[in-house]
Amino acid sequence: MNRVLDGAGLAAAVDAVADQVMTAMARVPRWALVGIRAGGVPLADRIADQVLARTGHRPLRGAVDITLYRDDLYTGLEKPVLGDTDLPFEVSGCGIVLVDDVLFTGRTVRAAMGEVWDFGRPAFIRLAVLVDRGHRELPIAPDFVGLTIATGLHDKVVVDWAGQEVGIR
Amino acid sequence: MKKKRKDLLGLRGVEREEIEEILATAEQMREISRRKVKKVPTLRGRTVVTLFFENSTRTRTSFDLAAKRLSADTLSFSVSTSSTTKGETLMDTARTIFAMSPDAVVVRHSCAGAPHLLARHFPWTVLNAGDGINEHPSQALLDMLTMRDRLGSLEGRKVAIVGDVQHSRVARSNIFGLTTMGASVRVAGPGTMCRSDLAALPVEIRHTVDDVVKDADVIMMLRIQRERLGRAVLPSAREYAAFYGLDLERLSRARPDVVVMHPGPINRGVEIAADVADGPNSVILDQVTNGIAVRMALLFLLLGNAEDASPT
Repeated sequence: MNRVLDGAGLAAAVDAVADQVMTAMARVPRWALVGIRAGGVPLADRIADQVLARTGHRPLRGAVDITLYRDDLYTGLEKPVLGDTDLPFEVSGCGIVLVDDVLFTGRTVRAAMGEVWDFGRPAFIRLAVLVDRGHRELPIAPDFVGLTIATGLHDKVVVDWAGQEVGIR
Repeated sequence: MKKKRKDLLGLRGVEREEIEEILATAEQMREISRRKVKKVPTLRGRTVVTLFFENSTRTRTSFDLAAKRLSADTLSFSVSTSSTTKGETLMDTARTIFAMSPDAVVVRHSCAGAPHLLARHFPWTVLNAGDGINEHPSQALLDMLTMRDRLGSLEGRKVAIVGDVQHSRVARSNIFGLTTMGASVRVAGPGTMCRSDLAALPVEIRHTVDDVVKDADVIMMLRIQRERLGRAVLPSAREYAAFYGLDLERLSRARPDVVVMHPGPINRGVEIAADVADGPNSVILDQVTNGIAVRMALLFLLLGNAEDASPT
């Protein structure tokens, strides 16, 4: 694996995303961090920890599993395992910050927006990602980014929270 | 599912891993029914036909709602409105439906093996919603999901099935599924409805209800078909209730936390007393709720991985 970020670099990238989120949300009365399963949830946890540490308030938290909203369920991929979708707050009128580890084609984000919509009419949706690796196939752009890297179309970007590194395979 | 399965015709021979996958998927599906907008786009553009040659309200509506919550289009064929009453054969009815290009067909028929016949001859996914006295797999799966909610694992649990086991496809599917999941099954009922040839199945046969009830984790009461009452197999409803019905007195000899189930529709005062059906041990309505989730899981798992289908 070709390492892009070591432990210190990963921590700095997380800090950068958290800073941008906090600045943008400072005047928003009601907003929530919503992790996209599975990769977005650990990043949403870390952002939430930083918000709590620096503001004394724990932000609203949620998670979405987009399996049932995917556009490639019928293309013969291995059967995905269904995870929890949990949005334990009133979505209508709430600002939503979707969180994912890697932004690639944008299809996952499209599916996640569709799912959030089925719970209510949010005030807005923003997108926070740790790594933007390019190759977008939809008109979707991140609002808060930790790191932007150039990748080949067939590369795999791996965010390893346990091993504290980000790499390209 | 590990290997691609086209149909679900019964639980006989279905491996534990696969049952686990269905139940785990169903647990996730329940969340959708608690949303304000109870619909996900998963099966958008797919067509699910319910083809019922026997009367049914609950199983049909449950499959229908499950398909709709996954955004599939649904279509009902029933014997009272279709051409079989005019003499059409099963295969001709199926060919007619085939010409409408459905993706899945949910079949109920009074002849055992009817869904298997359709599965063999047509490319669509067949879900058996009850065939004669053979199997009713989605009912057994929802029963197992309901038991797991109360008991956790099914491993080592004792399940008592009481009533007309001989003619019950619900009992048979439960017997296959439960024993695969590590539970043991004991059955009891009148001699005419619980004959010794049931010993060919992995069950223990007892002839008094008290005998199976006393240390059971689950008591599953089967519906007594009123049309059988007063015939040779069974003298009267009162006599059946006295010997084989579950009332509070009989329940008091079971474990205090025993789970009481019934596939419905119930005959109050015959196989189950009203105060038991409505009591704290009863999970009869949970069974209905879980039925939708299990059928959503089945449709998702069977239709969601069709390789030849085009992407949405």
